[in-house]
Amino acid sequence: MPKLPVPGPLKRPSKPGRNGADGYKDGNGDGSGRDQALHVAKETGADVAGWVDERTGATGFLTGMLFRKVPKGTNWFYTLGSATLFAFVVQALTGVFLAMYYTPSPTEAYESVTHLTNDVFLGEFVRGMHKWGASVMIILIFLHMGRTFFFGAYKYPRELNWVIGVVLLILTLVMGLTGYLLPFDQRSFWATVVANNITATGPVVGPYLADFLRAGPEIGATTIQRFYAVHMLLVPGLMVALIGAHLYLVVKLGTTAPPWVKAERPKSLRKTEVG
Amino acid sequence: MADPPDSKQGKTTPNGGPAPLDKPDPAGYFEGESMNRRTAFTVAGQALGGVAGLAVALPAIGFAMAPLFEEEGDNWEAVGPVANFTEDTYKPVTLTIVEDIGEAGKTTAYVRKSTGDDEIDGEDGFVAISTRCAHLGCPVRYVESAANFICPCHGGVYDFDGKVIGGPPVRPLDRFQTRVSEDGGQVEVGPRFSVTSQLDPVRTRDPGEFTGGIWEYLYPPRPSTPPAP
Repeated sequence: MPKLPVPGPLKRPSKPGRNGADGYKDGNGDGSGRDQALHVAKETGADVAGWVDERTGATGFLTGMLFRKVPKGTNWFYTLGSATLFAFVVQALTGVFLAMYYTPSPTEAYESVTHLTNDVFLGEFVRGMHKWGASVMIILIFLHMGRTFFFGAYKYPRELNWVIGVVLLILTLVMGLTGYLLPFDQRSFWATVVANNITATGPVVGPYLADFLRAGPEIGATTIQRFYAVHMLLVPGLMVALIGAHLYLVVKLGTTAPPWVKAERPKSLRKTEVG
Repeated sequence: MADPPDSKQGKTTPNGGPAPLDKPDPAGYFEGESMNRRTAFTVAGQALGGVAGLAVALPAIGFAMAPLFEEEGDNWEAVGPVANFTEDTYKPVTLTIVEDIGEAGKTTAYVRKSTGDDEIDGEDGFVAISTRCAHLGCPVRYVESAANFICPCHGGVYDFDGKVIGGPPVRPLDRFQTRVSEDGGQVEVGPRFSVTSQLDPVRTRDPGEFTGGIWEYLYPPRPSTPPAP
């Protein structure tokens, strides 16, 4: 039988004292070799992980990230950021599936949305998750922001992470604005008319910005396609990148203790207090 | 080229120690060069990257901005026979302002016969008022019993001529140019234009933008809009 091209580290190194010390029999007369096969099967997962780890150094990174120290007093409020991330992931996933049925055209958008809501299996559920998830995400962001503010977690050295967070908030609101037009019903249409005209009220640059958003003087075919591209390609891409930077800084700088937790005095200092 | 350091050996300081070496030229520089090979390649590489970046970014930006500069068509649309319209009330007519996008491209205008008092009224004696509220663009409705235009969104109220008499709108209702068709039978409605609070025609502006005086500069018109009549 030809040897299979197994990468080196995937092959188990032969251990000394196999037959005795580590307690499994190696085909010594019972003829099955079953024990050995079982042992190999048990170790395969570890071997594959080891092969990947040897080439990526992922273990060190993941250990540092997942088992990092958190301060005393860490509580449920600290999960709001993760909750927001979860909401983003839900929006991304449901958005992908909605995009499979959606047509970004002023004459077909409304029909495609009613079709996916009424006819497609679980379509109403997926659309509902996307629609209500959008509101949930914005609520969670503000709760997360409030936690950061009231716990003073925006202070040195975490100011940059606050700034990134604010940009993410703005991008999320842009998602809300651009996504609102897509069902293209009366509410979508007139809400976008109003939003565009609010943009236009900025002096000097406002009219040009509104024209850019609308792609012309009136809401038309290009507007909805433009909003769709911004909603599902441009802004989500930016958000993924910024969420990465946000998480990197969280892991690198660590989290803060809540303000009501007093710093503990080291023992060495406590001794000198006596004298 | 810099002197090799070992040529300085043999010299001594007064107290007998070895003389300090001359400071050599920075590594990689030939004599008289202002830039070494590495710097030259770095600058060239970054310049090339910049050119490549611009080559992608500029067409993309142009692509996104192009629709702003498209000329608006000088579209005239017949909205009904001359006899349909009277001086004392408005009749709603439907116009297509964006082609090929179905209902979303249509808008409503209110048309009446001119009383002949206002210079702004069309030469052929008809007035067409846009339903686009001058606050934020919601559709206004003409209420016949009050002879007012009322906006459902934020409570803007306009009088019979479209001047603001209440609520947040910043200028009177926009109008459309009007004329009578060549055979004299049909009223035709043309390009939109905005008006100042004194009902002077200006180039069309988006809702929410003031007109007249300094506002003409603070809210510049789109380059492609047709001039005011």
